Amino acid sequence: MTALLEARHVTKIFGGGFFTKSYTTALENFSMTIENDPPSVTAVVGESGSGKTTLARLLLGLVEPTRGQVLYKGEDLRKIGGRERRVFRRDVQVIFQDPFEVYNPFYKVDHVLTTPIEKFGLAKSRQERDSLVVQVLEAVGLRPEETLGRHPHQLSGGQRQRIMVARALLLRPRVILADEPVSMIDASLRATILGSLLKLNQEFGISILYITHDLTTAYQVSENIVVLYRGNVCETGDVELVVKKPLHPYTRLLVGSVPLPDVNRRWAAEAPASSIGQKADPNKGCRFANRCPNAMEKCIRETPPLYRVDEKRAASCYLYDDKPQLRSEDMMEVFIKGTPRLKTVVGVQ
Amino acid sequence: MADVVALSGTATDYAVKKDTWGNVRRYLRRNPSLLVGMFLLFCLLAFWLVGSAVYDTSRAAALSVPDTVHPPSAEYPLGTDRIGRDIMAVMIQGTMLTLRIGLIAGILGVSVGTIVAFLGGYYRGWFDTLLKGIVDVGLTIPGMLILIIIAVNIKDQGLTVDQMGLVVAIYSWLWPARTIRSQVLTMRERTWVEVARLSGVSGPEIIFKEILPNLMPYMLASLVGSVSSAILASIGLETLGLGPMAAPTLGMTIYWVIFYSAMLRGYYWWWMPPIAIIVVLFVGLFMVSMGLDELANPRLRRGV
Amino acid sequence: MKPDVLDVKDLKVYYHTPRGAVKAVDGVSFQLFAEERLGLVGESGSGKTTSAMALLRMIKAPGKIEGGEIWLEGADQVLARHGGKNGNGQYAKGGKVNLQTLTDEQMVSLRLSAIALIAQGSMNSLNPVMRIRDQIADGYQDHGYKLTKQELKERTADLLNRVGLRPSVADMYPHELSGGMKLRVCIAIAISLSPKVILADEPTSALDVVVQRQVMETLRRVQEELGASVLLVGHDMGLMAQAVDRLGVMYAGKMAEVSPVHDIFTKPLHPYAQLLIASLPSLDVKGEFKGIPGLPPSLLEDIPGCPFAPRCPYKMERCEVEKPILKEVAPNRHVACFLVEGAK
Repeated sequence: MTALLEARHVTKIFGGGFFTKSYTTALENFSMTIENDPPSVTAVVGESGSGKTTLARLLLGLVEPTRGQVLYKGEDLRKIGGRERRVFRRDVQVIFQDPFEVYNPFYKVDHVLTTPIEKFGLAKSRQERDSLVVQVLEAVGLRPEETLGRHPHQLSGGQRQRIMVARALLLRPRVILADEPVSMIDASLRATILGSLLKLNQEFGISILYITHDLTTAYQVSENIVVLYRGNVCETGDVELVVKKPLHPYTRLLVGSVPLPDVNRRWAAEAPASSIGQKADPNKGCRFANRCPNAMEKCIRETPPLYRVDEKRAASCYLYDDKPQLRSEDMMEVFIKGTPRLKTVVGVQ
Repeated sequence: MADVVALSGTATDYAVKKDTWGNVRRYLRRNPSLLVGMFLLFCLLAFWLVGSAVYDTSRAAALSVPDTVHPPSAEYPLGTDRIGRDIMAVMIQGTMLTLRIGLIAGILGVSVGTIVAFLGGYYRGWFDTLLKGIVDVGLTIPGMLILIIIAVNIKDQGLTVDQMGLVVAIYSWLWPARTIRSQVLTMRERTWVEVARLSGVSGPEIIFKEILPNLMPYMLASLVGSVSSAILASIGLETLGLGPMAAPTLGMTIYWVIFYSAMLRGYYWWWMPPIAIIVVLFVGLFMVSMGLDELANPRLRRGV
Repeated sequence: MKPDVLDVKDLKVYYHTPRGAVKAVDGVSFQLFAEERLGLVGESGSGKTTSAMALLRMIKAPGKIEGGEIWLEGADQVLARHGGKNGNGQYAKGGKVNLQTLTDEQMVSLRLSAIALIAQGSMNSLNPVMRIRDQIADGYQDHGYKLTKQELKERTADLLNRVGLRPSVADMYPHELSGGMKLRVCIAIAISLSPKVILADEPTSALDVVVQRQVMETLRRVQEELGASVLLVGHDMGLMAQAVDRLGVMYAGKMAEVSPVHDIFTKPLHPYAQLLIASLPSLDVKGEFKGIPGLPPSLLEDIPGCPFAPRCPYKMERCEVEKPILKEVAPNRHVACFLVEGAK
């Protein structure tokens, strides 16, 4: 069955033009599919410079890959135009990070909901349009009388972001790319937004690609995880395995550095430095070599492939080179599919 | 401060009173430039309206008055000039005519400037490169020079006031084009434009419905600037004798003042009124422009 | 029990907007003890950053410090050293100085030398066209230290070393440094005059967790060496749990609870603190998403009673009409809540 959205051996390089010698590999040989049947929640975790934002833009067709392809229902995004492209725009929605920047300051927040209804012909009359708006607002736990008719600056960040989730729901997409949806929201309001997102997944069967730097919320929300570092996949698979028993040195460092709100588990002792140091070339070999305490000569020469360390987890590190190798396009094999999820309780207004 | 933004409009602030007039009044109190400027312009407008209603403005035409160079008197409150015109009538008519030239040129300039700015700034490509080239080069060439050359060549065909406006417009679109283009360049990168695109909104619709409304303050400020520079240019040209000779505009009056050495001969009632009106006009326009600058650029807004 | 170096009493900071006065900080009191790390946590609009800025008297119009006292230990010595105009202890009380009584000039001489600030977005508080060594030298110069070139070089190298940077960084420009390195430079500048109090306002907000941890550990080490106290302002409860000794939780311009960090995370007393901690997602177990329903109140209106009452699951009648006061309900545990008060 053709995948809904697929990245096939995608590489994106910035810079390196005629006059500049230096270039950055934002993403290298990345392959991943997003299915809708069954609907999944996958987290892509990485720090700034990891390539996660580039991945989102590639999947949305906002930038083109340097090598490889991004396919929608089996067709290269670059070749899709006109009607088919409109369908794509409906099927793949995005939730941005900044809950303020997404609103045109001239209009009330209603505008952001009525525009797609109008453009995609989702309602045949004014009444139908209004009832659709009310419907989606209530679905994300907002009260229409408290949100409609207001300007963006009159609402809280949490409310604004939830309206964006409602907007995503309007179009009944098959996939939602959520790019750091809660990083600019207060802690106490995050739960409600994440809850709404999960509701979209469970009640409406929408697959979610949750892109973030926050390992904790990624763990809470998703089934599978992809950990990126400087454009390469470090570790991927069942989120329970990757987070509870990280194998890749970077994942280990990441998990160990997360500030847990638990006074009994204070940060561990400072991590040992790398033995390889600055010798590594930023575009060759394992990107983590210059910070890795286990780095070997091999690591700076060649990028390690993915090794299938567990049934449902793979890591790209030579420490595990005794395990079977996994091709980039087979990365999805370590993903768990369709786990029954815990019931989520969302704070009700 | 982010804190203040979040605080001033939270959930309990539901009763959104439609107090637009209150907001306008409050803002004007905080923006004295705008208030004073508007008042001055209003005075001039009133001068013309009331003046044309109560006064006989037909005497602004040349040779309409038998007593030439008559100092102010009961019959001629501002006296008369050498060409046989009632100066009060000239002032009343002139204010309107000068403003008209400015408005024609200003509005035309901003309209043309806005259209090309949007086309170039939003769509980029060859048109934008061409536009940038023309505007950048055009702005470095002294405008008066171009206008003088054009005016000299057209003048013999009998320039009317409206044609004057068109001539000045040739130059007045450049500056608006540049400033509005930069605004468009910034706006098109905003996230909410991307959101609109992802919602299926087409290019022209994004321009008109998403970006344009946000640029209104800028365009208004641009208009005032355009009108001011157009009036200045027209007065400049007229003073040199390159305007509509028969029209009783303020600039032409100054031309005649120079031609007949009115200053040297002490005909103060002839050269003072036009200068006074021009000064009021410019101070008014300047203050409005400063006030609008503040409106358009929230960062300049003064705290309470 | 260590003495306190900073004693804030009933601080009030209001922002005067056309729609009225926004009470960003409304009667906040707390103490910062010697050599301790105190955290000030709250969500947006809680008043935590405003409180910190008020300590340095860096509140800009339309904001104004409307009341309260800020007693700083050791300030009189610093003022005397810099020849303050009223440097004879008229405003002092047992070695402490009430910052509110000082002139702007005197405040200037206190900043960096008695209280230092590591601002939010430290990356952007470094002058992009000046080398690091010149920016460090600036601090010395502005406070009247006359150092020879050699002395300056040595001190700079020492400072950089203390924050874990190579001496060669001194000759670099900010854009040549990574985010973490820039923050370390800001820490170096903050400790250059050996202040007793260091204010860190969300210093790591733009950094990734790995760098954040490393820099916070450096800050701790540096603070211990200096014997200084740190006031860490932020919204990340997880970071607070790891990086401070005591924590003050602010809500709607008021202090809800101040307790030792161990106590507050294991047994939070104030309902807001309880709900807040309960809403924090864990890395151990996938669970329910518990947010706090409702929204913080508008600070424009006068809030009768406890500001958290509308959202509080334990709200009593008293809470809606009477304002709770911060009281010590257990050793070193201060809470502003009628429920907790009554239970003791």
